[in-house]
Amino acid sequence: MRHALTLWITILLAAGFPIPQAAAQTDPKTAEEFDRFRAIMEEANPAELFEVKGEELWKKKRGPKNASLEQCDLGLGPGVVKGAYVQLPRYFADTGKVMDVEQRVVHCMITLQGFKYADLAKRPFSSANRTPDPVSIVTYIAAQSTGMKIAVPQSHPKEVETYQVGREIFFYRAGPWDFSCASCHGHDNLRIRTQPLPNFTKAEQAPRSFLGWPGYRMTGGVMHTLQWRLTDCFRQQRFPYLGYVSDTHAALLTYLGVNSNGHEYRGPGIKR
Amino acid sequence: MKKALISAGVVAAVAAGCATMEGSDPARQKQAVETMKQSFHARGIAKMDRLDQDELQRTCTDTRDQPSPEVQKRLEAAEMAKIKLPADGKFLGDWKRGRSIARRGRGMTWRDKPGKTSRGEPNGGGCYNCHQLSPQETSFGNVGPSLRQFGKLRGYGVDIQEYAYKKIYNAKAYSACSTMPRFGVSGTLTEQQIKDLTAYLMDPNSPVNK
Repeated sequence: MRHALTLWITILLAAGFPIPQAAAQTDPKTAEEFDRFRAIMEEANPAELFEVKGEELWKKKRGPKNASLEQCDLGLGPGVVKGAYVQLPRYFADTGKVMDVEQRVVHCMITLQGFKYADLAKRPFSSANRTPDPVSIVTYIAAQSTGMKIAVPQSHPKEVETYQVGREIFFYRAGPWDFSCASCHGHDNLRIRTQPLPNFTKAEQAPRSFLGWPGYRMTGGVMHTLQWRLTDCFRQQRFPYLGYVSDTHAALLTYLGVNSNGHEYRGPGIKR
Repeated sequence: MKKALISAGVVAAVAAGCATMEGSDPARQKQAVETMKQSFHARGIAKMDRLDQDELQRTCTDTRDQPSPEVQKRLEAAEMAKIKLPADGKFLGDWKRGRSIARRGRGMTWRDKPGKTSRGEPNGGGCYNCHQLSPQETSFGNVGPSLRQFGKLRGYGVDIQEYAYKKIYNAKAYSACSTMPRFGVSGTLTEQQIKDLTAYLMDPNSPVNK
């Protein structure tokens, strides 16, 4: 299946839909081409295949406890998937903390199905040969919020607190290179090489942190969630390793999510 | 007309107000540090002490990169004192090697090795991530200013050579809360690598100056 996808992308590329590299910053035509390419790719987004796999994984009885995830509460009641993604992270009374979607899925896989955190955290991100189950499940959950407005709640005091903690993490400069998230994502009109860097502190640009995730990444042909994105950002920030489904993820995703509120979520996306 | 001017003024004031970042909230920042200490783990060369801020990082975080002029001056003087000048007194290395260091940006992550990338190459400087340099390299970032014709515009004198060397070694000596890493102080680049980069900026034959 993966080979078929790669082939499909190769065909599109050969048909004259270039991925811009050099000169993208000076050439609006190239940027336009890329938007056209992305629009075409979105109509046949390979992410759909991971949605199907995720739905299977959600409904199937699995794990040491031989249970499905259909009793998993994503915040709107046990088993309610529609609309859950755009309202996460949120506060959960059963754990007493604010959790993001992947953290919650892993929580359910542990509590309902009996999986072990250590096993899930061992190789948590997609490679060319393997897509971890939570990635497919999160993609399925995300797809059930397509077309809905991002509405990350700020009604519980813990949600407000977590937003503020996330904001502090966002601006925290450390490591051998003195970087914070804000070093790259706290100013307008910046680029790393030709890659634009949205300013996540501004309401109009913040949605670019949330929209398009989970995303099918054409580089390497893999499906990734925001868990991977944040972990890899911190790697490039030269920080230590950010553990899987951590509270730092949840806090930062609360900050980015709330800043993105009100914007329409267009479903799992496609990345360069 | 007058009304239009006033509205423009109000718009500008509001825009300026938005642009001014609020500083840190000490209680939340304490929680943020505790959260990070639980979330991050030492891996490879990236130990947990990377989360500990030095005075400069703490000040820049707390003031959102806008320390008071007095504090900024003091921090910059302290950073200047950390710069080690080349033992042989020469600032220029090989601009061709400098070009390679400017193009490569790997190293110092938990995947990498001490002083080397995961592939065993010397650490890169990643200059093109943020700066324009040679006209042949069209893929460049804009986080930092353009360095096109760096030497040609400033002159090839030894004073400018020394400035370029020191700026690469420790950018914070000139701008306390600059985004640019302290390549020498952090041990990312060796003295020889910084000389090579200085030559890339300062050698009249370097494509940067064409």
